[in-house]
Amino acid sequence: MAKPKIATASLAGCFGCHMSILDIDERILKLIELVDFDKSPIDDLKKFTGRCLVGLIEGGCANEENVHNLKYFRENCDILISLGDCAISGGLPAMRNSMPLKECLDEAYLNGPTVYNPSGKIPSDKEIPLCLDRVYPCHEIVKMDYYLPGCPPSADTIWEALVALLNNKPLDLPYELIKYD
Amino acid sequence: MSEKMITFKIDGVEIKAKVGQTIMQAADEAGVYIPRLCYLKDLTPHGSCRVCTVKVNGRCQTACTEPAVDGAEVENKTEEIEGIRRDIVDMLFVEGNHFCMFCEKSGNCELQAEAYRLSICAPKFPYLFPARDLDGTHPDIFIDRNRCILCGRCVNASRDVDGKTVFEFVGRGSEKKVAVNADANLGDTNMAITDKAADVCPVGAIIKKRVGFAVPVGKRIYDEKPIGSDIEAKS
Repeated sequence: MAKPKIATASLAGCFGCHMSILDIDERILKLIELVDFDKSPIDDLKKFTGRCLVGLIEGGCANEENVHNLKYFRENCDILISLGDCAISGGLPAMRNSMPLKECLDEAYLNGPTVYNPSGKIPSDKEIPLCLDRVYPCHEIVKMDYYLPGCPPSADTIWEALVALLNNKPLDLPYELIKYD
Repeated sequence: MSEKMITFKIDGVEIKAKVGQTIMQAADEAGVYIPRLCYLKDLTPHGSCRVCTVKVNGRCQTACTEPAVDGAEVENKTEEIEGIRRDIVDMLFVEGNHFCMFCEKSGNCELQAEAYRLSICAPKFPYLFPARDLDGTHPDIFIDRNRCILCGRCVNASRDVDGKTVFEFVGRGSEKKVAVNADANLGDTNMAITDKAADVCPVGAIIKKRVGFAVPVGKRIYDEKPIGSDIEAKS
């Protein structure tokens, strides 16, 4: 029987949660015995090669590309997991949510104290994904099946979750593995 | 001295209480933990956060304000009550801006600790992301209203213990906030870092400056043991 597949994505995140996946250390050898990696920044596959059992999503949705990517994952993964605080709540990027988008862009490209921008324009190239009005947690865009909080979730949290899911066991994290920091 | 004692039950376990004690006080003494946020021993309870909701003879009451009555049947750790508490804690998270990842109270925060205790991995309600303000005018104390849960401990402590009434609630509903006396900034008041009001905030809304990371994240009060462990250790 073919091994189940795992896919990962970093949306509006800092890649810290992916670093935490790598932080499972030598257990990654065991993981490779259990699963194959599909679309993921780890192997740089850009497209899904087939149905995946688990999709790990780092980061919330700050722009249209994030939404597109998240929906692509939902279509191709049986179980989708919000990995880390940004996926769960929007995280640090969501600090912009209590002010209008225009104010943020103006500050970043026009009015900020260190801005050098002789054109006086906010970048609007069609290659640049459009920002959303605010940063959305993943579960406000598509259905998410599980949540692993933490900034980042510890390697042990990720490991426990993957082992439980791969063995068809309920995901029941002990007290010390549920952390928001 | 012979005080009149009464007996009631929490989740079927007999608890003894002195006449006039609240359910919370009696439970604490008996080593039964009832989750709470606005209640703090030594401050006047006012039952605002509702996290200590229990069922007394089938009716929801706040354990911190409800007197223990002889023969009462109290439900505390049932699926239904835990569900209610989870919803309340969820709502407190989504109606503020609780960025635990950089909050210096993380690990010592009672809101976060109650969420950990209830095994909440993500709130089920949509986030509101309200615009809230900060006050850094005081040399030693900082207010971040993004994290305020309107528990009223600071209002209470400043009025009843410090005798200063530095804080007061203003506004109604979602506009309600903790204001500083006479609409001034905290720096304009006579608040001192030694005040009780500087010590009672369950979250990171009233923070003492320059001590935030004296204890590193990971080694803080609720990092290893759930909130209430000290009370449960008494039983």
